[in-house]
Amino acid sequence: MNHLLLNAQADIVESLRARWFLVYAAVFGGLVVLLFAYGLAESRIMGFTGLSRLLLTYIQLTMAILPIFVLITTVRSVAGDREAGVFEYLLSLPIGLGSWYWGKLLGRFLIVFLPVFAAMVGAVAWGVAKGADVPWLMLVYYTSLLMALAWCFLGIGMLISTLARSSDVAQGAAFVVWLTLLLFLDLILLGIMIREQLPAESAVAIALANPMQVFRTASMMLFDPQLVLLGPSAYVILDNFGQEGFIAYALIYPVILGTASAGIGYAVFRRSDLP
Amino acid sequence: MIRFEKLSKRFRRNEVLKEVDLAIDRGHRVALVGSNGAGKTTLIRCLLGEYTYQGRVSVDGLDPRHDRRRVLSKVGFVPQLPPPVKMPVRQLVRFAASLCRADPERMEAVAARLGLEVARFHGQPFVKLSGGQKQKLLIAIALGRDSELLVMDEPSANLDPDARHIFFELLAEKQEKSAMIISSHRLDEVAALVNRVVEMDQGRVVLDDRVADLVELTSRLFCRVKLGHPEPAFAKAIGEWQFRQCGDGLEWQGIVAGPDRLRFLGVLSRYAAILASIHMDEDVSGPIVAAGLTND
Repeated sequence: MNHLLLNAQADIVESLRARWFLVYAAVFGGLVVLLFAYGLAESRIMGFTGLSRLLLTYIQLTMAILPIFVLITTVRSVAGDREAGVFEYLLSLPIGLGSWYWGKLLGRFLIVFLPVFAAMVGAVAWGVAKGADVPWLMLVYYTSLLMALAWCFLGIGMLISTLARSSDVAQGAAFVVWLTLLLFLDLILLGIMIREQLPAESAVAIALANPMQVFRTASMMLFDPQLVLLGPSAYVILDNFGQEGFIAYALIYPVILGTASAGIGYAVFRRSDLP
Repeated sequence: MIRFEKLSKRFRRNEVLKEVDLAIDRGHRVALVGSNGAGKTTLIRCLLGEYTYQGRVSVDGLDPRHDRRRVLSKVGFVPQLPPPVKMPVRQLVRFAASLCRADPERMEAVAARLGLEVARFHGQPFVKLSGGQKQKLLIAIALGRDSELLVMDEPSANLDPDARHIFFELLAEKQEKSAMIISSHRLDEVAALVNRVVEMDQGRVVLDDRVADLVELTSRLFCRVKLGHPEPAFAKAIGEWQFRQCGDGLEWQGIVAGPDRLRFLGVLSRYAAILASIHMDEDVSGPIVAAGLTND
């Protein structure tokens, strides 16, 4: 078998046996169960009801949880493996560094994306069994957004794991990255920046550079096409992109950011000490 | 086969290797000894292409950093501490065999010779095996393929006497065609396995000496030890070598692998005050059979 796929498979099997994966899968599965249990599928808001409402809430919650989960688990396991001597041994086997690194990234991507996706599919299956209409377009769109988000933060996680020489430093750095992105997600902070005479374009540029904000805006777009919830920055976004343009941006930008981060991580990895 | 030329390695301000020059050819069995921090592990990691360095390292003319797949396909590596790999045993064997283009069944056969039936542990994560089982599997992965260079860090530390003997036999099968580097803190642990000793201290090679290659790796010794009086601590220590108590309870008999003789005498030396006599017969199958001690 191709060494890249072989390493991806090995990483998947390793992750499936790890405790973090059980917690991770339980959190996303549990979220869907909770949303059903609290009757969210029956509630109505802004014209959304049934599965659409449930998926909308799920995606908002996922946006808050997924990045930090992906960042922490990636840096913990990758940097932790290096500290524990796993790299020393496995990299003494004749595997190319590219196959090792990108195989790990591929395996990890499947492992972080599949539980989130499986929870969504489970929700849809449950809804169908109860006779609800399935919002297929929304399902495809949200699935694509989740893939982009998972890839983006996985790439950032791999970069941090490569740069940090210990799992403690890596975890700290991952948390700081997440917190920074979270801070610039806050519309109040952006509002204050504008009030403090930061040009509106700069505030919007910060929002557009922040993958969490991009994801949030994109997920709102389906039920708030005018982006009323985003306030004045929405005008700039919609004027420059249009709805379709922004959806494309929301899918492409995180993938590019994640790939670029992982690529820089790989360049550092192959030029530095491996274990 | 292996050339280290002016090899230096620095971690920030700490220079761990200082212009090391060393050449190792096929047939050389090198004990790499030195205290903690001497630079042994760093030297090995440079050889495995895992560290960046100044100077030059080559294996058959290839740079382990840039031609890592070609170099590492020749290398069997056994680390001192088994890595906490969560992969199931079967998958780990197949993963390693696939990367090395080797036959996994050959690796499993070597493990079986060492006393580890891999089939019994197929689904079990590697990390859940006992220390000895992990060591046996790592040795099987390193020796169960056509490696031309064996790099081992205290490889037999966790092995029982029988497995140590088989391990020495496996090394003997490789000794003509391969080079071996066996790293250890203590020379007595590996002295009888090697024909060359390289000692490192503070990043430099301070001793590079050939040693008499008189001990057959596959030889065994029949040993009889008599005590002046019984001693429970001795009974426990000698029991770990699988010796049997005979006669009046003061005599112990057993088999020691030839390369283990120095290590065995080291254990006995701790009880010198209570030893009445020591008898060792090399390559004598008669006493072994007579005493019913064959361990094949």
